[in-house]
Formats: sequence, structure tokens, C-alpha cells
Amino acid sequence: MSATDVLSCEFENPVMPYLRQERLPHIWCPGCGIGTTVNCFTRALADSGMDLDKVAIVSGIGCTGRVAGYMNLDSFHTTHGRAIPFATGLKLANPELKVVVYSGDGDLSAIGGNHLIHAARRNMDLMVVCVNNFTYGMTGGQVAPTTPLGATQTTMPYGNFETPFNLPFLADACGAVYVARWTVYHVKQLAKAMLEGLKKKGFVFIEAMAPCPTLYSRRNRLGDGVDQLKYYKEKSKIVNGANTKDVGLSLFQGDIVVGKFVDRERPTWLDAMNEHFTQHFGEKFTPYGVSHAQD
Amino acid sequence: MHADPKGVLTGIHFIDGDHAACEGALAAGCRFAAGYPITPSTEVVERFAARIPLVGGMFIQLEDELASSIAIQGAAWAGKKVMTVTSGPGLSLMMEHIGLAAIAEVPSVWVDVQRGGPSTGLPTLPAQADMMQVKWGSHGDYEPIALSPNSPQECFDLMIKAFNLAETYRVPVFFMMDEVVGHMTERVVIPEASEIEVVERKWTAKKPGEYRPYETDASLVPEMVKAGDGYRIHITGLTHDERGYPALNPQAQDKLVKRLINKIRANADKLVDVREDGVEGADVVVVSFGITSRVAGAAVDAARAAGIKVGHLRLVITWPFPAQRIRQLAATVKAFVVPELNMGQMALEVERAAAGKAAVLTLPHAGGTVHEPAAILAKIKEAAQ
Repeated sequence: MSATDVLSCEFENPVMPYLRQERLPHIWCPGCGIGTTVNCFTRALADSGMDLDKVAIVSGIGCTGRVAGYMNLDSFHTTHGRAIPFATGLKLANPELKVVVYSGDGDLSAIGGNHLIHAARRNMDLMVVCVNNFTYGMTGGQVAPTTPLGATQTTMPYGNFETPFNLPFLADACGAVYVARWTVYHVKQLAKAMLEGLKKKGFVFIEAMAPCPTLYSRRNRLGDGVDQLKYYKEKSKIVNGANTKDVGLSLFQGDIVVGKFVDRERPTWLDAMNEHFTQHFGEKFTPYGVSHAQD
Repeated sequence: MHADPKGVLTGIHFIDGDHAACEGALAAGCRFAAGYPITPSTEVVERFAARIPLVGGMFIQLEDELASSIAIQGAAWAGKKVMTVTSGPGLSLMMEHIGLAAIAEVPSVWVDVQRGGPSTGLPTLPAQADMMQVKWGSHGDYEPIALSPNSPQECFDLMIKAFNLAETYRVPVFFMMDEVVGHMTERVVIPEASEIEVVERKWTAKKPGEYRPYETDASLVPEMVKAGDGYRIHITGLTHDERGYPALNPQAQDKLVKRLINKIRANADKLVDVREDGVEGADVVVVSFGITSRVAGAAVDAARAAGIKVGHLRLVITWPFPAQRIRQLAATVKAFVVPELNMGQMALEVERAAAGKAAVLTLPHAGGTVHEPAAILAKIKEAAQ
């Protein structure tokens, strides 16, 4: 069967109903892992059984920032680093919505790092998917807060000497109720984590490691997207419940700990507000957004 | 339609401008505010935080002004009337999100209680030096609306107007107070809810599938929907087409930017709000706004007592600037006098509109206090010669 035959056959890709098909083809490079994460996300949406009119997606800026624009949901492509506070306003103004933040490592942990830690601290009811490709892809491969030591980037031309973030540890320390990391090799597990994230109330942080063949792999002579998947396969170790302190990725092409690290309960910001005001004001206070409660 | 009585504190109050501005927002239907503490604006959100739990709405103090100025935009897309409140340094941080509100057409009110600058400047003392910043501060072309109240009563009254204009035109509307107006305490009369006219959002009657987020009629203002209603909208800060989808080409840019500009410029005559006192037949007209208009009023009275034919034109809406009215007056007056608590910002607009047909005498002031009426009087006398 030729490629043309495959494209013209009647088979409908189960992912398609979740995408704005009129916006395809997407902008991502061959071998890029972002599309794989989107595939996992559509499966999570399908399995969740949620009313998709009540799911909104918010992205910042960058390659992953374009995800919102391809999803057939209420979708918001905001400013660089500010997807989380936009999502906070959206969620608090209509608690009936399930709000997903989908953005990249640079967007969420560099320019948006302050919002990430405070939303986790408040336990804002948001699911954050952070696609970590260790670089700024859209702008041409600059060093990111996640770039491993020794990796070469355009603004670290002699190799990176800055210690990167351990994102699961950061999210955990700030109070996220669900923290997981998977790679785009682990499609089943990633889709399952996203499904759990959609069902979980509170601040959910899912790190999805994904190759950037054009700007990270090639510059570091790591081959193409498939070579990176091989690396993920060979060097990943699943340790559910791992201490997030121990899951850093600072070593170039080093071992990768994946798994569900944190799954706990804590009142969300809105629940805490409603409980507090009910205690303080008594019957005069009508709990905010409760008639629309999730679940 | 009339205001929702839940937000209206009908009665006679003795409150400062910051508190009155908060009451104006509640009366206008604002049910979501986000902010970050900054002098001399904080009292606005302090009162909002105290009042909103029983009015029914939401206040959240966020981690910075970047977060506050975009959280309100998320809330607007969920259907709320929204406001953020700040002063100089915070306003500087908000610049990028003014652009987002402009390009995505997010109805929103931005309160700036002006203090001396640049930088940390004079946190507790007044200025009117952010006038050009709100006009031009965010990159790219956009047309904001700005109002300048000069009393606590106007902080209430004009705040309702600010929200109504934000909903009518879907632009960021700036509420340009200053430290003196914010902290002066005066009598404020809040009418019955049934006497307060509020503008409802321009909701679409179209069904999902028929609706295109940025399609417009002759008003140039698109209809709106909210997230969660099944329309599956896409909203972006990128240049976009009528569907809201990114369209990164010169044709789409031309169409979008010209519409964003023209929806205000084409309505500039309707938006003009000036208060005129004795300008017809005057030799000299003082052009002022905000707290400076109160000081200028005293100087105008003194000049008249001295036999000078002087009028007073107060800008209530500062942006868009009433260029047409200034142009008309320039044909009949000898000179304009423009006192302001900055080193010459709105005076540039007066000069532009007067176009050399009348002299423009500026009276800049670096801020920290208001003008001495005597200084304005001296300038009026100089202009009259």
C-alpha cells in the first residue's frame, strides 16, 4: 500500500474528532514528541467520558504552546509563561470547567516559574502538562532551565554549565497533589497519567519528556527522534512512588526515572475558600461555584 | 439594563476615591478582580476582598501583576466582568497583557492610581505621568479608552461608565486615578440599583457552528461567547482571522489591526466626554484632567475675578483624545494652558490638535503634590497677554 492509499482509505483515526482538523497539518517537525503527547491526551479525553464542552485548554508560547490551537476544545493561546494565571482566572470564574494547561518546559518553568510554584502552593484545580524537550525549540535551540549539564545549545555553545531544575521535585515541594513523569516512549502510561490527572481534583503536574530532533538532538549529535525513543527505552526505569528528590535529569543522556511519584489529597484553593467563608459568615455566605461542582 | 442590587451599596457615604472606585466596580457588575498589593491603589482591592464574598464573586491576590492582568482575562472568557488594580511599577509589568486584551478583545477595566515615577519613584504621592504609557505602552498598535475622575463621587460614577465602555467596545479601559483622588475623602452618593444603567456583554445569539469569534458587523465589535457553552472557541494573541485561528500574513494583519483601531477611532465623537465651563468667547482655555482640574478651577475663578476671559475644559475621557473639539476652539482662542502632573504628556495632544492655530502654554509638574493655583493663574495671565 502506498502512502497515498493510506491517506485516502476510509479508516478514521480515533484522534481526529479531538482535533481542529481544518488547522492541520500542524507546525511540529518530523520526529518531534509533542504530537505523541497530544495523541495520549486525546485518548485520556476519550477514556474520561467527560463532557468536552466543559474542558478548556490553555497554552503559553512555544512549540508546545501551539497545542491549544489544535485541540477541538475551548482553547486559549495566551502569552509567554502566563498560561497558569490565565487558567486560574478561567477556572475560578467558572468552576464547572476542567481546565488543562499544556505548555513547554521553558514556558512553564523559566518565564512562568513563579506562577507554577504559586499555583501548586495554592492547590489550584488545574492539570498542567509540561512537555519537556530540554530546549527552546520555537526560537532555535537556546538553553532552558531543564537543559542537562554538558548539552550544547545556541546560547551555551561550549556546553551547559547551569544546574537544571528537577521539575517533579519542584512541583512536589510546592504542594502539587499529583506528580508524574513519563516519556513519549511510554504512551500507555502517559495517557493513563493524563486520564488520572483529568479525574483528579487539585494541582496536577505531569512532565512528558519528548525529543526535539531539530534543535536538541541534532545539535548534540544524538540522532533523530527514533534514536531518542531508543534512549528513553534503554535508560528509563519505572519507580512509582519514587522520592522526587532522586529523579533529577541533570546528567546528559543519563538515567531517567519515570512513574507516578505523588498522589495525595489536599483541599483545593476554592474548597478552602468556601469552607473558610462558610465558617466565617455562616448562612449569609453562598458557597461559590458549588452548584456547578465537578464529579 | 439596571445594576444588580447585590452589588449596589445605596446611600450617602463619606469615603475615599479608592473605596468609591471599588463600589463603582461592584455596582457596574464586576464579579472578578485580581491584583497585587501596591501603594496607593491597594485599598481598592482590600475593599473588594472584604465585600465580594457576600455579593457573590471572586477576588484573588496573585503572585504579581503579570498574573493579575491575565487572570482577569481568563475570567472574562468565563463570562465575568473583570478588573485589575495597580499603580506605576505594577502597570509597567502589565504592559504585555494590555496588548493581549487589545488583540483578543477582552472587555476589562484596569485601574491605575498614579504615583510619582519613574521606577519606584514616590509611592505615596501623586502624579499623572502614566497617561502616555497606557496609550502607547504595549507594543504594536491599539486604541485604549481612558477615564480621569477628579473626585471620590466620580470614582464611583465613572467606574460604571468604564465598565460599560469596556463591554461596548471590547477594549482594555483604563481608570486613571492619582494618589490624591484615591486618598481624598468626600461625600459619595450611591443611587438605587434601578437608577444605574449597566451595559451587558454583547453575547451572540448564534449557535455553535454558525458563530465565528471575530466576525463583525458595522460596529466593528465582535459578539462574544463564554468558555463552557459548547462553542469550542480558539482565542490567541497571534494575529488571527475571523475564526480566531492564527493567520500570520500581511493581509490578515492589515484587516485585524485596522479594525481594532477603527472600532475606537470611528466612534471617537461618541466617546468624547469633556466638561466645559465658559469656553465660548474665551481668550484663554485651560485644559486639565483628574486632580489638576480641581486646582485649575480655583485658578480660573481667580483669573475671571481679575477680568480675564478664561474658560476651562476638563477631559473626563482622556483617550481617545477630543482632538476635534480642541481644533474648533483653536480657531477662536488665543491660547491654551495645560497644567498636568507630568513633564508634558497630554499637552502634546493639545499642541497636535491646535496645530499652530493657538498658542499652547504648558505647565508641567514633576509630581509629589498638586500645582499651586497661583502658578496656574500666572500662566493664564501670561497666556492672556
